[in-house]
Amino acid sequence: MARYDRAITVFSPDGHLFQVEYALEAVRKGNAAVGVRGTDIVVLGVEKKSTAKLQDSRSVRKIVNLDDHIALACAGLKADARVLINKARIECQSHRLTVEDPVTVEYITRYIAGLQQKYTQSGGVRPFGLSTLIVGFDPHTGIPSLYQTDPSGTFSAWKANATGRNSNSIREFLEKNYKETSGQETIKLAIRALLEVVESGGKNIEVAVMTKEHGLRQLEEAEIDVIAAEIEAEKAAAEAAKKGPPKET
Amino acid sequence: MKFDTSGLESAAPAFGAPSLLGDEFSAAPSFPVPNTTDFDGFQKEAIQMVKPAKGTTTLAFIFQGGVMVAADSRASMGGYISSQSVKKIIEINPYMLGTMAGGAADCQFWHRNLGIKCRLHELANKRRISVTGASKLLANILYSYRGMGLSVGTMIAGWDETGPGLYYVDSEGGRLKGMRFSVGSGSPYAYGVLDNGYRYDMSVKEAAELARRAIYHATFRDGASGGVASVYHVGPEGWTKLSGDDVGELHYHYYPVTPSTVEQEMAEVAGA
Repeated sequence: MARYDRAITVFSPDGHLFQVEYALEAVRKGNAAVGVRGTDIVVLGVEKKSTAKLQDSRSVRKIVNLDDHIALACAGLKADARVLINKARIECQSHRLTVEDPVTVEYITRYIAGLQQKYTQSGGVRPFGLSTLIVGFDPHTGIPSLYQTDPSGTFSAWKANATGRNSNSIREFLEKNYKETSGQETIKLAIRALLEVVESGGKNIEVAVMTKEHGLRQLEEAEIDVIAAEIEAEKAAAEAAKKGPPKET
Repeated sequence: MKFDTSGLESAAPAFGAPSLLGDEFSAAPSFPVPNTTDFDGFQKEAIQMVKPAKGTTTLAFIFQGGVMVAADSRASMGGYISSQSVKKIIEINPYMLGTMAGGAADCQFWHRNLGIKCRLHELANKRRISVTGASKLLANILYSYRGMGLSVGTMIAGWDETGPGLYYVDSEGGRLKGMRFSVGSGSPYAYGVLDNGYRYDMSVKEAAELARRAIYHATFRDGASGGVASVYHVGPEGWTKLSGDDVGELHYHYYPVTPSTVEQEMAEVAGA
């Protein structure tokens, strides 16, 4: 009983919070997750480690709803994620009850980030070992947003971002290839980005799409395969085009 | 009449043989109660006696031009008029008004508190709070103090993104959305005039006149209402105070005195 009020996250002499930085390491070891914002759609994609034969894959959904108009994907400790997601879901409903309005994406992101920060400044607890990608539509203006939070409790809005394993390569790819897209184009961009670091195929990635009208929709494996095949074909065509013209001259 | 404690006794004596020891344990402690045949009714009356009556007239209604809010300005303590110049329309922020009925201190304090909460909401969320949200915040607070003696019967009127909004909120924790409300001891009289003259398509001027008349008529018949009839208008740009007329003067404005023949004769005689 006596020692549980002692802080675990304390400053180092040179101003680092090592526990938070170690938490970021845990995130870096987690599954790759990517989020892309389009003009009328937001897409989340997560790397799926091959499920064991006997495991029911539907019970390990990696992209979840926080409310009808907000979804979340994360990279890092999945058990920590469950706790954070439950608290966020309660907050979404509590907000609806106290002001009769759905939460905005920014509000719930601020809430989650606030929770993550609280656990870096409390006694007897460790930081949450996950970074989240939060997408959704503003209930009043209908504008789509993508936000990211991390174990330190900071958050910011993005046009496209990645977290988890190999997130740097994915982010580089997105920086090179991002442009304002809508509908199917956005889905393709997200899958292309994810396939940079994941083995191709619908089996290895989980993709979910959110629109203002239809809410969150998980893409079927078959759908993903189709899009992945399209991407492969485009890649091959681009390769051929590169090699083609020099030969003819 | 001794309080009937049979319900409080434990079940044991029911099937065990009643013994001296058993009776002592099972008898519940009794306490003196008022000499009345109807104890529940007596309790209800006692509660009603301490509940302060809301001696005032306030009203608000939504029409095509926004929300019209009006109130009297009399404060009474029983039969004593303690003030004729109370501000019963409280400015929560530039686009929301609250009305006061019930305990003046309760209304003033909680409306200011609501103003603070609205401002904090604006700062945190970078957008104004809706009338729905503001009224819900107040209603939740009042509900948490339910039964502790707060006396608040207020209307929250404002203009937000969805247009004009009007809610009635009271200290019992009730909250109602509506187009027309009147609160206070003068409200039956105000409703009579308001309901009779109301049309959604009134102009701002017509609506203001209707509100003014309704307050005047309530002050005429209700002893706990009087003073000055204030009328405010809430439009898309926020609220503006339209008028504040003494109800005594309003009376002669609506019903000017025409001297009868006897009075005329007397005036002539006096002049001669």
